Amino acid sequence: MLALLSRDLKLAIRAGGGFGLGLAFFLIVVTLVPFGVGPEGGILARIAPGILWLGSLLACLLSLDRIFALDFEDGSLDLLATAPVPLEGVVTMKALAHWITTGLPLVVAAPVFGVLLHLEGAAYQWLVISLLLGTPALSVLGTFGAALTVGLKRGGLLLSLLVLPLYVPTLIFGAELIRRGAEGMATQVPLLMLGGITTAVIAVVPFASAAAIRVNLR
Amino acid sequence: MSIWEYANPVKFMKTSSMLLPWVTGLTVICLVVGLIWGFFFTPEATNFGSTVKVIYVHVPSAMMAINIWVMMLVTSLIWLIRRHHVSALAAKAAAPIGMVMTLIALITGAVWGQPMWGTWWEWDPRLTSFLILFLFYLGYMALWEAIDNPDTAADLTGVLCLVGSVFALLSRYAVNFWNQGLHQGATLSLDKEENISDVYWFPLLICLAGFVLLFVTLLLLRTRTEIRARRLKALEQRERMA
Repeated sequence: MLALLSRDLKLAIRAGGGFGLGLAFFLIVVTLVPFGVGPEGGILARIAPGILWLGSLLACLLSLDRIFALDFEDGSLDLLATAPVPLEGVVTMKALAHWITTGLPLVVAAPVFGVLLHLEGAAYQWLVISLLLGTPALSVLGTFGAALTVGLKRGGLLLSLLVLPLYVPTLIFGAELIRRGAEGMATQVPLLMLGGITTAVIAVVPFASAAAIRVNLR
Repeated sequence: MSIWEYANPVKFMKTSSMLLPWVTGLTVICLVVGLIWGFFFTPEATNFGSTVKVIYVHVPSAMMAINIWVMMLVTSLIWLIRRHHVSALAAKAAAPIGMVMTLIALITGAVWGQPMWGTWWEWDPRLTSFLILFLFYLGYMALWEAIDNPDTAADLTGVLCLVGSVFALLSRYAVNFWNQGLHQGATLSLDKEENISDVYWFPLLICLAGFVLLFVTLLLLRTRTEIRARRLKALEQRERMA
């Protein structure tokens, strides 16, 4: 499984665009928002948690269709499915590789983008915590969507239609956590809910993804 | 009579063609009686004026929107566990009906909300979760359309339905939380059924029955269509092979 993880990471880095693309997209979203809503700091600070979460959601979505597509085309997914490692484990490792290449850079870079959006001082730690807790769920749910659409030729748009509604709870609690943190309110409830959703997703959804891949490889 | 008998499409076609005229008739009777009674022979409510009459379409369609998803969940499970072909087709046939019911509930809600709340749309938990349910219906139908092989499509949409059910439910409560976080103690949604008097309740009950029957009628019709479409596809394939 670790070999699979390092293989996926190497592929992502050497094929180019693994780390950079998601971040660049995130930067563009953050740059475009002030053009859309106006440059006043007050408004930006108010919507910053939502924008940062939406940005990471979309950046995460960008690279989803590549999780299984390449392996499906060249047949290595068949090999992985017949390998002694259970397919659920393969899926989890794929999700982990996706998270390391897109989720983790976003978590690290988000405070910088927070500065651009005049995020309030108290909110930075909560921004990092909420993205750190929430983005793994995005990657795992994304692999589920990718597994559903892996056999399709133009699955990209369908993928976003399938995956984005699944992101609703994570988005709600993630953005709420930052907002409450910024206003100095109690953060325990959204924090626990966000963590709970992520751990439940990691525990359960790989089984659904593996089932979908088995169907697609049939 | 068990549902496993109807895994045989011939058997299903026979029984459904026998049932269909009766169910259709009952649907028409219930809807005509319920809606006319509701629209023309009930007094206007003190707080609502005549807008109260939206209730006879709004509440039944909202109820069906949720129940149809539950029905799809059950039929998907039956397909995934026991390979009941008609069950998978029934789930496929139910999705557009459920989507339209959700849309009707949203639109009649907007029509009702305008005079009562002074706004067509409010990000109230109930409205929002219905919008999310609508998105789930769209995704489910889009996945069915996108996949060529019918068995693969049935499997994948089945899995999507299971995961989607969990997340639709989760979103419902997450949205509740989110809205309270935004504006404290917003009580825009009304608990409609508890403070309703018998004058409104009986026609509403008939309308509810009418919508359930309408769903059954449409479901039977659409499942029959799906079975025929599947047969046609099989025939075409056989011809191409020959």
